[in-house]
Amino acid sequence: MTRSAIELPVTGEDRRIARLAALAIGLTLAEAAIPSPVPGVKPGLANIVVLLVLLQYGWRAAAWVSALRVLAGGLLLGTLFSPGFWLSAAGALTSLLVLGLARHLPGRHFGPVSVSVLAAFGHIGGQLALAGAWLLPAAALVKLAPLFAAAALVFGAVNGVIVARLLAAPATDRRQSAPCIPQ
Amino acid sequence: MLRAGDFVVLAAGGTLVGALALWAWGGSRGDTAVIRAGGRIVQTATLTHAQRFSVAGPLGTTRIEVEPGRARVAADPSPRQLCVKQGWLTLAGQAALCLPNQVSLEIRGRHPTHDTLGY
Repeated sequence: MTRSAIELPVTGEDRRIARLAALAIGLTLAEAAIPSPVPGVKPGLANIVVLLVLLQYGWRAAAWVSALRVLAGGLLLGTLFSPGFWLSAAGALTSLLVLGLARHLPGRHFGPVSVSVLAAFGHIGGQLALAGAWLLPAAALVKLAPLFAAAALVFGAVNGVIVARLLAAPATDRRQSAPCIPQ
Repeated sequence: MLRAGDFVVLAAGGTLVGALALWAWGGSRGDTAVIRAGGRIVQTATLTHAQRFSVAGPLGTTRIEVEPGRARVAADPSPRQLCVKQGWLTLAGQAALCLPNQVSLEIRGRHPTHDTLGY
């Protein structure tokens, strides 16, 4: 009997993305436990990780982390392929597109807070667009839109400040961004 | 931590939220009260000065009050008093229906809006 083994080469970057995605998934799960007065208004803590990854490792890594976060978050919360999952995916997708554009803003004038707020607006914009096209009549969403936009502004700014502080912290405190050493 | 552009983005975001709130929640204030009995318009009144109307229906008389900027059904012989309990109507598109007595009060603005949403 011949031993057959399929070798999937795992690079250091794969491990790093997996670890960061795990962190984002953990935050998604923790956030799902936070009660919210309005369905859909959430702090979006996992976006902190996505934004950090974007600023440190580029857009491709951020897209991987975000996609893995949405997929695994859906699996773990039991919402995979439910409407909530697709809303989450639409938000993550538009947010990534906005991130791709926003990171080209001149860094001298625009910090992580700008990028985070823009991404938060992109996130809620994508979700509202899908919900309006698919789930709810647009007229019903119009009444909720200001609430969602206000939440995006507040949570986007707060997350941006958190990212700015994490980036400004001494390197020894940033274990998540330390180079990955394969065992 | 915050750079100049960040304040611009935050201000733009705040403006966007404010504009959205105005657009979505403002609602246009009505300027005309339309009173119907049995489906036919019996009275149209501008919401500029206080007026009172009495409209006859199958059950009795419905009294309607108009004041600057608002109007209400003040009294109605209907058993459940739903249209009376609605209180003052101010926004274009709002309506109070006194169904058993077949009297309705509707507020109209410059632009016709949805009176209800069904889905």
